[in-house]
Amino acid sequence: MNLTLALFLIVVGITLVITGWAARRTRTTVQFWAAGRGITGWQNGLAIAGDYMSAASFLGIALIAFNGYDGFMYSVGWLVAYLTVLFLIAEPMRNTGKYTLADVLSYRMSPIPVRSAAAFSTVAVSASYMMAQMIGAGSLIKILIPTLDSTLKPWFNWTVFGTKLDPSITVVGLLMMVYVIAGGMVATTWVQIVKAVLLMGGAVLLSFLVLLHFGFNLGGFFDAIAGVKDKATGLNFTDPGILYKYGQKQVFGIDLALLDNASLGMALILGTAGLPHILMRFFTVPNGKAARQSVVWAMGLIGSFYIMTTFLGFGAATLVGKTKICATVTAGCKPNSNLAAPRLAEYLGTQFFGGTGGEFLLAFIAAVAFATILAVVAGLTLAASGAFSHDFYVNVIRTHILHGHVSDREQVTVARITAGLVGLLSIWLAARVGATANAAALVAGVAFVIASAANLPAILFTLFWKRFNTWGAVASLVGGTLVTIWLVAIGPGWTVPVNEHPAFPLQNVGIVSIPIGFALAIIGTYLGELARADRLAEQKFHEIDVRALTGLGAEPVPAAG
Amino acid sequence: MEIDRPPPSQPSARSEPGLGEGGPPGEDVAYWEGLEHTEEFRRLVAARMRFVLPATVFFLVYYFLLPLANGLAPGFMRTAVIGHINIAYLFALSQFVMAWLLAWFYIRKANNVFDRLAAMVRDRAARGRSSQP
Repeated sequence: MNLTLALFLIVVGITLVITGWAARRTRTTVQFWAAGRGITGWQNGLAIAGDYMSAASFLGIALIAFNGYDGFMYSVGWLVAYLTVLFLIAEPMRNTGKYTLADVLSYRMSPIPVRSAAAFSTVAVSASYMMAQMIGAGSLIKILIPTLDSTLKPWFNWTVFGTKLDPSITVVGLLMMVYVIAGGMVATTWVQIVKAVLLMGGAVLLSFLVLLHFGFNLGGFFDAIAGVKDKATGLNFTDPGILYKYGQKQVFGIDLALLDNASLGMALILGTAGLPHILMRFFTVPNGKAARQSVVWAMGLIGSFYIMTTFLGFGAATLVGKTKICATVTAGCKPNSNLAAPRLAEYLGTQFFGGTGGEFLLAFIAAVAFATILAVVAGLTLAASGAFSHDFYVNVIRTHILHGHVSDREQVTVARITAGLVGLLSIWLAARVGATANAAALVAGVAFVIASAANLPAILFTLFWKRFNTWGAVASLVGGTLVTIWLVAIGPGWTVPVNEHPAFPLQNVGIVSIPIGFALAIIGTYLGELARADRLAEQKFHEIDVRALTGLGAEPVPAAG
Repeated sequence: MEIDRPPPSQPSARSEPGLGEGGPPGEDVAYWEGLEHTEEFRRLVAARMRFVLPATVFFLVYYFLLPLANGLAPGFMRTAVIGHINIAYLFALSQFVMAWLLAWFYIRKANNVFDRLAAMVRDRAARGRSSQP
């Protein structure tokens, strides 16, 4: 049997065993959404790292491998982002929230509009993030184990609403549905922990081998990197300026490349604190202190990993080379940046352990990448179905519109059904978009911008601004989301081929849409005051103010059983 | 004083019938406002602000200096320092050290100071309850 396929099946097997174990501990709502609040600080730290280091982390490696230093900017932003989470978000979230972002907001705000708006932005963020992951997973499987894709083809040879299903994407989607529906947050958490350990293990191993190749001589390593030149700019790979071509175009008298880079940075360091699937992780720990500890564990792991992207990315650039990072290494291969890490693994394995070693290491890294994607999509499915079932169905429709009481059993059932629907929808959407998108990375970037333009102002102002009210929250949640999508749509990145004269000049729209999101929150609040619409929000501030910082009345840890 | 009475049984989400409603909103507000105005809570807020505000401003400035320097002075940033390791790379690497150090300072502060002050606020709330006849 094919080695890669065997390792894939082992990974799938491990995750299914975890799910089976988790399913027996997933009966109540608090178990389904928050793993019974029984995850410890370090476990949650690992799971956050597992949830966060997505296919995009392989992308970070790829960008370094193809563009040198400028790709490292992603790695830096992804770590610094956690300072925002640590200082302002993690503990207050745990102290005031229950299962979702909207729980925190609706303490002060009018529940129907705010929960609906938060459900909307959550689905927008999770859907764009998920699209990127699923498309990445599909292409990875097709390239690394073509046999799997072709074997599965007859089984999934269906056309649904005019879109032909993609076998690889469908398999990933079905697996993630099994994890979430059967095992809820418990299974998702442990799949993420296993993945984090595998990913760190893989990164340490490859970094060690890269350094071994250079005789642990960093100077020699950097000499080799400096020897790699970018054709278009003539710069060597240690230099900034290859991806962001400074000094070429200007907008409003400011360098376009500089704006693009700063804009990316802004979305990265502010967006993380608004990603619903990351925020949700803070509800799984027993208290605020554990939430704080989990961020520190996550920062240790995430930082170490992103420092290692230097060895992996530059290693791929020097040892394999841009022209050989492609699907099949033959004459006229088309470079595929997703494969930087797998090709590096193949090269190092062959060098140190011979042909079989290369094959094995390639298969191992491919399996790690696969596990990575599975863990992330499971977290995203949970976040999106939380928005649908907990926020919209249970709290808006059943509780506030129909004034009913929703039993625990019904809540879990609805949660499972929505998770299934979210899974099916994303399989279909990914197959539909996947055919046309060379823009998987861009789609993931959009998720960060929506999170920082729509969710972050709503969260921060709810926690820390007394006058903030329902109008402001809805304005930022809905407005921030729509403005971001609109700017991306008229920008240069969306259309294929790239639009030469876009209506909006920046590929990374954060630097414009994030301030707009905050401004909308403020303007909405003052308009709400003028309309005397929402007096209660200001009164409820006293409660959230005290509770966020002290943990008084925080959701308790339910008794086991 | 308002907090010298039993606290709302369940800190309730805003008017969510069916999911555990607290006391009448007016009394709840007075209770939490009373707690908010205690000396203990003010000290907690002040201590957090003294750390979080400057630390946040610092890391935002330090972080954005990196793209700014790369964009405004690419020549300077490309200057090699040790072998081919240049200023741009070292500055990027220093961001990791900065983030870890700030996280460590925060944790130390939170464990030693914020937790103690928060516990005092919770004690105060509990005393308010027990002093009730």
